[in-house]
Amino acid sequence: MGRVKVNKTYKLFIGGKFPRTESGRYLELRDAKGELLANICQASRKDFREAVVVARKAQESWAGNSAYLKGQILYRLAEIMESRSTSFVEVLMQEGKTKAAAQKELEQCIDLLVYYAGWSDKYQQLFSSVNPVASSHFNFSVLEPMGVVCATSASLKEACTLVAISTIGGNSIILTADLTSAMSAITLAEAIQVSDFPGGVINILTGDHAELIPQMSLHMDVNAIVLAEDNPEAQKAAAENVKRFIVWDRKEERSPYLISQLQEVKTTWHPIEQISGFGSGY
Amino acid sequence: MLPSYFSGRTIDQVGVVERASRFQKRSIKKEAKMQGLKTALSMIDLTTLEGADTENKVRQLCYKAQHLHDDIEGLPTVAAICVYPNLAGVAKEALGKSGIKVAAVATAFPSGQSSLKIKKLDTQMAIDLGADEVDMVISRGKFHQGEYNFVHDEIAAIKELCGKKARLKVILETGELGDFDKVRLASEIAIQAGADFIKTSTGKISPAANMPVTLVMLECIRDHFLNTGKMIGMKPAGGIRKAKEALHYLVMLRETLGDAWLSNHWFRFGASSLANDVLMQIAKQETGIYQSSDYFSID
Amino acid sequence: MAKKKDTALEMGSGWFYAPAPESSPVKIKDRYDLFIGGKWQKPSSGKYFKSINPASEEAIAEVAEANEKDVDKAVKAARKAYNEVWSKMPASERSKYIFRIARMTQERARELAIIESMDGGKAIRESRDIDIPLVAAHFFYYAGWADKLEYAFPNKKVESLGVAGQIIPWNFPLLMAAWKLAPALACGNTVVLKPAETTSLTALKLAEIIQDSGLPDGVVNIVTGAGGTGAAIVNHQDIDKIAFTGSTDVGKIIQRATAGTGKKVTLELGGKAANIIFADAPIDQAVEGIVNGIYFNQGHVCCAGSRLFVEESVADEVIKKLKWRLESLVVGDPLDKNTDVGAINSAAQLETIDGYLKIGKKEGLEMYQPNFKKPKKGFWCAPTLFTNVAQSSRIAKEEIFGPVLAVQTFRTVSEVIQKANNTEYGLSAGVWTDKGSKIFNLTSKLKAGVIWANTYNKFDPTSPFGGYKESGFGREGGLHGLDAYLKMK
Repeated sequence: MGRVKVNKTYKLFIGGKFPRTESGRYLELRDAKGELLANICQASRKDFREAVVVARKAQESWAGNSAYLKGQILYRLAEIMESRSTSFVEVLMQEGKTKAAAQKELEQCIDLLVYYAGWSDKYQQLFSSVNPVASSHFNFSVLEPMGVVCATSASLKEACTLVAISTIGGNSIILTADLTSAMSAITLAEAIQVSDFPGGVINILTGDHAELIPQMSLHMDVNAIVLAEDNPEAQKAAAENVKRFIVWDRKEERSPYLISQLQEVKTTWHPIEQISGFGSGY
Repeated sequence: MLPSYFSGRTIDQVGVVERASRFQKRSIKKEAKMQGLKTALSMIDLTTLEGADTENKVRQLCYKAQHLHDDIEGLPTVAAICVYPNLAGVAKEALGKSGIKVAAVATAFPSGQSSLKIKKLDTQMAIDLGADEVDMVISRGKFHQGEYNFVHDEIAAIKELCGKKARLKVILETGELGDFDKVRLASEIAIQAGADFIKTSTGKISPAANMPVTLVMLECIRDHFLNTGKMIGMKPAGGIRKAKEALHYLVMLRETLGDAWLSNHWFRFGASSLANDVLMQIAKQETGIYQSSDYFSID
Repeated sequence: MAKKKDTALEMGSGWFYAPAPESSPVKIKDRYDLFIGGKWQKPSSGKYFKSINPASEEAIAEVAEANEKDVDKAVKAARKAYNEVWSKMPASERSKYIFRIARMTQERARELAIIESMDGGKAIRESRDIDIPLVAAHFFYYAGWADKLEYAFPNKKVESLGVAGQIIPWNFPLLMAAWKLAPALACGNTVVLKPAETTSLTALKLAEIIQDSGLPDGVVNIVTGAGGTGAAIVNHQDIDKIAFTGSTDVGKIIQRATAGTGKKVTLELGGKAANIIFADAPIDQAVEGIVNGIYFNQGHVCCAGSRLFVEESVADEVIKKLKWRLESLVVGDPLDKNTDVGAINSAAQLETIDGYLKIGKKEGLEMYQPNFKKPKKGFWCAPTLFTNVAQSSRIAKEEIFGPVLAVQTFRTVSEVIQKANNTEYGLSAGVWTDKGSKIFNLTSKLKAGVIWANTYNKFDPTSPFGGYKESGFGREGGLHGLDAYLKMK
């Protein structure tokens, strides 16, 4: 007679805490043999609403952190994931992957986080500019985060990518994972919670994409929505507050352009008084 | 219209914050620490400013002021008790001949949103009841409206009432002013109008005192001294709870203005819980043991 | 305004800070060998020299002296590592080694800071709060570039150069090592590094970190020694790139020696920066900026604001406040947490500085120093300022590399721009004014590679640093700092 295991309850991740869905609903996740893996919380529009509130609250001070600090925190998430390799591989296997595939996906996820951590204090250098205007003004353009971003994910790797590209640029994110990747997404949430990310910067819901995408598209306090495929309904709904509607190319995993697509451009002018001859100009 | 005497001085906020943080890197140990702790203790204006204040509450605080922690020998007393003006008489009686001053807030504290007539009556009441010091508030509304002469004249009127009986502390409520340039301007107005002390806050809003804003005010005091030879006092109030912070303030005071200001005639801490933390640190310095708040009376 | 009275602030009779020595334990070996091919190897000559603590003149450890044979060994190890391992490794794997080094620098930060202060004389507050954190930051920044180089130069494919020879100075020993190693490694090169002979210890501690990080053998080699070792590196045939930070005189020697050899060269040399205070500056913060500009790190800073230009209408106020600020600068034991100004790095440097103090007095300039009682042992110079300095004075023209400020006044923007640029140097400059359009006028006209407006001596791994004219060429830091370590196709 073997030891009786203590099974984990999978909850949502909102504001740095793990609440259950306020709706009390659940989705059963079973393995190939029909054994119950977990009762996954089916997030409701109220959970989503709550997540937007905390995401908004956390975003400004998150963006106000130095690029260096943001990079360090994302790197720390990579450290934590690496240290929990075994449990991540186990969860991925429960979600149906072979051990080899699970191992590979985990390593890719960790390396991906390190990759984006390294962009934190560099993407600005690529995409900003000093503009040589014809008048005597110092004119410069910089990127600024859009604010609160919503996205959907269907795998651990997608979840990691979306978390990295949005937060490294100073946004906060509400990510909704689908049923098949719910357990690994919440395991990721656990790693996030111990990684020095302030509560509310990353929020992870689990549930039915079809139910939640309309909510995400209509919400007036969301700045951008990132989906994996075209969705004309959602795109129309997004027009309510001129939300930025982005369909991302999941094949392009590593690119600074994934970061910049969640950034605005701000241009500033300031006079340069001309005293004493000619300068190099700007 | 900006006052004609205004220096026009602008303040670089980043530079101020950097200089302030450098004071916090000073390591104060051994004899220097003990000396600093005792000096800090002697500079406290022990304060109670609650709607729920009663005569007995004030009496108990006055007792504490005179018996901070009798277990330790050779402790100074605090500088003053700070109360609402209607309770100034109670404090005066309770403090007897201890030498501890009675400071009363006045002028429609904390908001200052009232008429000059009422503010003068308020101040007169405090003085009649025996206040040695008056902590007034400036009219922040008028300040933001740009009516600087109004702000100046109000202070001057209160100063006139105080005469030679009471020293005047002028509360700028820096947390409502907006930026350091405005804090500088308000400081200059207060000093010109006759303030004996300039004070950061009422303690009723956040942010209250912090080192950067106090540094801005100390530098204004310094410029006034360099220009006229006259010393003005400084009182940061609200939000200073730990002895370590108090020591950093003293470092800042010393390195900005020098030794002459290192006494309670020229510097005060507006605080209540700070006293016990300083006492605990003094006890720790004497015994080498970290203390518990259970052993220090909370009045 | 009231008539000016004789008003003076005073300090020194009341409250003093007790000694607060940084006392954490550190591990220093009695003797260090050369770090070549991932191993500690004895010097061919068998010679070692002492590294002393400039505050006490006591020896801390013995350091190996590398000769031409040792340098050749090191270059061979670097070349082997480059050909067989480093150039073949995927860039993202390379980056992870550099991230490890960054992390370990953070983990061992306190020990590194203490050794830095012991070996070089730098105040512990500075090594702890500025140098060592920047070291970690530089490794972190460049670690991230390793696998992103295809984005750095539009329309260009990039390739590493091969083996880089790097010679660094004694004023920011570990930080200069980080400035050199981080970009070189990130770009796929291997390195032979020579720290300055008076400050080798933190580079050798870094070698230990490099070993512990698992970095493949030979990717970084550290050879200690003096001018001869440096020359051996500069002249070695199988080095692709030379990076040097140090005096302009030696920089010129290196430029001549490498001419026609095909070696890529970058030089970061001396400076005599103008720090300009306008009447509309935030004066108290500007005074702090002056102090940070010239007394930070005992003035051993190539970009030090060593020429103060103050607008004449505020000169009296600024000088008065500057003298008052000097009273609160604590000159003393580098390991005391309250020390602001530590020891001068060496007897030789102190002799140079004292020489200039004599010249200044001979030139008839007014010299001011706060009271300072020199301890019997160690190399010390109190923060000093000379007033009534003229543009033609040697104190205004020559780099002193010590805590000595030359003060001049000016009347107009045109005048100060002309005087600020009137020098063979062009490393840095400072501008203090509240007026934005004035800032940009000055910054666009001053001929210097780094200009600080309303601040001074600020460094960041993302911010390119380097000079115009005889202050050298090439930039370190930022995207521009990658250029020195890559071949573009």
